[in-house]
Amino acid sequence: MSAKIKKYAGERIKTADLRAGKVPVVRWRPKVRYAWSTGIAMSRFLKELKNGKIIARKCHKCNRIVVPPRMYCEMCFRPTDEWVYVKDSGIINTYSISYLAADATRTDKPTVVAVIEIDGASKGIGIVHIIGEAKPKDVTFGMKVKAVWKPPKERTGAITDIKYFKPVEV
Amino acid sequence: MFAKRRVAVVGAGLTLFRRNLKETGRELAFEASKMALDSAGLTRKDIDCVTLGTAPDAFDGIHMKGENLSDGAGAYRKPYTRVFVGGGTGVFAPNAGWWHVASGLFDTCLVVAEEKMSSCFPHPQYAFTTIFDPIMSRPIGMNLVWIFAIEMHRYMHVHGIKKEQIALVSVKNKGNAMDHPCAQLPAKITVEDVLNSETLVHPVQRLDISPTSDGAAALVLASEKVAKEITDDPVWIDGVGWGIDSTYWTNRDLYYPKYVECAARMAYKMAGIKNPPKEIDVAEPYDPFDYKELHHMEGLLLCKKGEAPKLTEEGVTQRDGDLPINPSGGLLGVGNPIAAAGLMKVCEIFWQLRGEAGKRQVPGDPRTGVAQAWGDLMQYGSVIVLRS
Amino acid sequence: MSLEKIGDPRDLTHWMGHMETDYSYTYGIAGEKFFKELKENAKIMGTRCKNCNLIYVPPRLFCERCFEKLDTWETVSKRGSVHTYTIANIDIDGSKLKKPIIWAMIKIDNVHGGFVHKLGEVDSKDVEIGMHVEAVFKSRKEREGSMLDIKYFRPAKQKLEKALR
Repeated sequence: MSAKIKKYAGERIKTADLRAGKVPVVRWRPKVRYAWSTGIAMSRFLKELKNGKIIARKCHKCNRIVVPPRMYCEMCFRPTDEWVYVKDSGIINTYSISYLAADATRTDKPTVVAVIEIDGASKGIGIVHIIGEAKPKDVTFGMKVKAVWKPPKERTGAITDIKYFKPVEV
Repeated sequence: MFAKRRVAVVGAGLTLFRRNLKETGRELAFEASKMALDSAGLTRKDIDCVTLGTAPDAFDGIHMKGENLSDGAGAYRKPYTRVFVGGGTGVFAPNAGWWHVASGLFDTCLVVAEEKMSSCFPHPQYAFTTIFDPIMSRPIGMNLVWIFAIEMHRYMHVHGIKKEQIALVSVKNKGNAMDHPCAQLPAKITVEDVLNSETLVHPVQRLDISPTSDGAAALVLASEKVAKEITDDPVWIDGVGWGIDSTYWTNRDLYYPKYVECAARMAYKMAGIKNPPKEIDVAEPYDPFDYKELHHMEGLLLCKKGEAPKLTEEGVTQRDGDLPINPSGGLLGVGNPIAAAGLMKVCEIFWQLRGEAGKRQVPGDPRTGVAQAWGDLMQYGSVIVLRS
Repeated sequence: MSLEKIGDPRDLTHWMGHMETDYSYTYGIAGEKFFKELKENAKIMGTRCKNCNLIYVPPRLFCERCFEKLDTWETVSKRGSVHTYTIANIDIDGSKLKKPIIWAMIKIDNVHGGFVHKLGEVDSKDVEIGMHVEAVFKSRKEREGSMLDIKYFRPAKQKLEKALR
């Protein structure tokens, strides 16, 4: 290829020129809104969050207790069998420290985001959430953390009813 | 699992990869398709069917992008399919093209991949927020780099890997891209440059990440009979593989890409490969982040778990090393128009095995190469094995 | 389990969301030239494929049939005929329009292709398939390089006069 082809197609335009309106473009903003039904398992999960509890599902075949809960076991491919309350604490499986907002702009304050293996669920079963009340440099793998809940009145039945997880003083 | 018919790659095409290209998506698709056809000495008339790969519609901002791109992909009044497995699409598209021909249904297939991420602003990353579960993940402000930083950190933690070791991948790939005529970010940089670059989401820094890009790539596939009529130099697709892991990504251990191993084992079995590091001469694992090249080398069974950083340090993965990895410059150097970037890797293996890679040619007359891509929510692997 | 009966959908929790994305589409190589001519000179341009003996309107960079690159540009007629049409009484969001809009697919004379656009200066009951129409442009000042630089198509004057004669 390299030897034979002299010129590759593609007319580059500078991002700055594009932003400055120097290149003709058509602009569009999709006006769509969504309302997702939270389904059987997650409706219960969210209701329990409102009560300050984390609920999981257990599969009697593989004996896994999984959270987020699901009405079927994706491994055994059969219905899961029972609701099980798990603890609102766990250990940090992995984490990162973000200086980046979703739109790729930079944030002033870092956010620590972690996968937390939940106590009472099967080994390796975790959820993703924010870590608070800790300096980023003090966060470690395997660190014990506990949920910090919003006051009952402020809870809406959302994953954000847990404000964040904070390190447990040992 | 044995194919009825052998399938060859007989032509490849590529456009420039850039942050913004003026061409529309379909114009880009045309340019890559046309180059692939010309290089095979074929015209659109000779093509029996078309397979298109392109990532989420949210980037180009055109719903039913497959329909929109079809004429540029040469699909006018032909059997046409769009395939989509997220970031894995670029290597999955030729896999789908392969079964169109291997099945005996068609003799030739044009495989096209396109992405125009610049349409989405202020930054295409924002469109990525919509890939996450709306109940568990979006409310806490999840963004794309978070999940990769989390995976990278776990990989580093389990094997005790240092950031310096990972940075070598970025240095190598951006350096390799200096020799790629389509490259968006070729550069001579040092490990220090990577370590001193802005921290975006620790441990991910700016120079650990591939850019967002516009671009297109294409391949022409042919049955054994047709391939032998039109070229003395066919490159055979001897193995294809693909697979997906659990959608509950917080329930998995992220230190190892099991999904890539599943896809690789499928492809290797078909290709009769028993000892991948010995039998594979050149590889193009998916490298949207530098750690992913290492992660995927391990998933592709090119080395033991946790061993990829050491091989990189020893220079084994350099273009003139024992196992050249990403001689093209990869996504880090050439650019990352999602599906087109994956297919660019397959183009590179094709050119390497034909001895047509010019300045990028790996020495020693490589005979067997593998390309791989990774997609969906950190869980999808697609693999293709080519032989000259 | 998953076949649990929910009688009232309000028993189900819903999660609201939207896609906050903006787009800015380049016109492409062929499109940029087409809209420049439309804006600056009120001209409709097409590209000719010599192999297939076709003029594409709107113009394309390549021929979808023979797959050759096209670089022969031609100014084409501003007139065409109504290939098919519909009369819209409701808007895109389902609300009732004060005045119905006639949407027509217009085949431009002597080329391959045309546009979907509004018909104006005509009563909906007088529209016919095959009717000859012409583009009515906005003034130079108002034109901004968009399909809306053509206000609408109206019954072609010359043809009408002929018919009356």
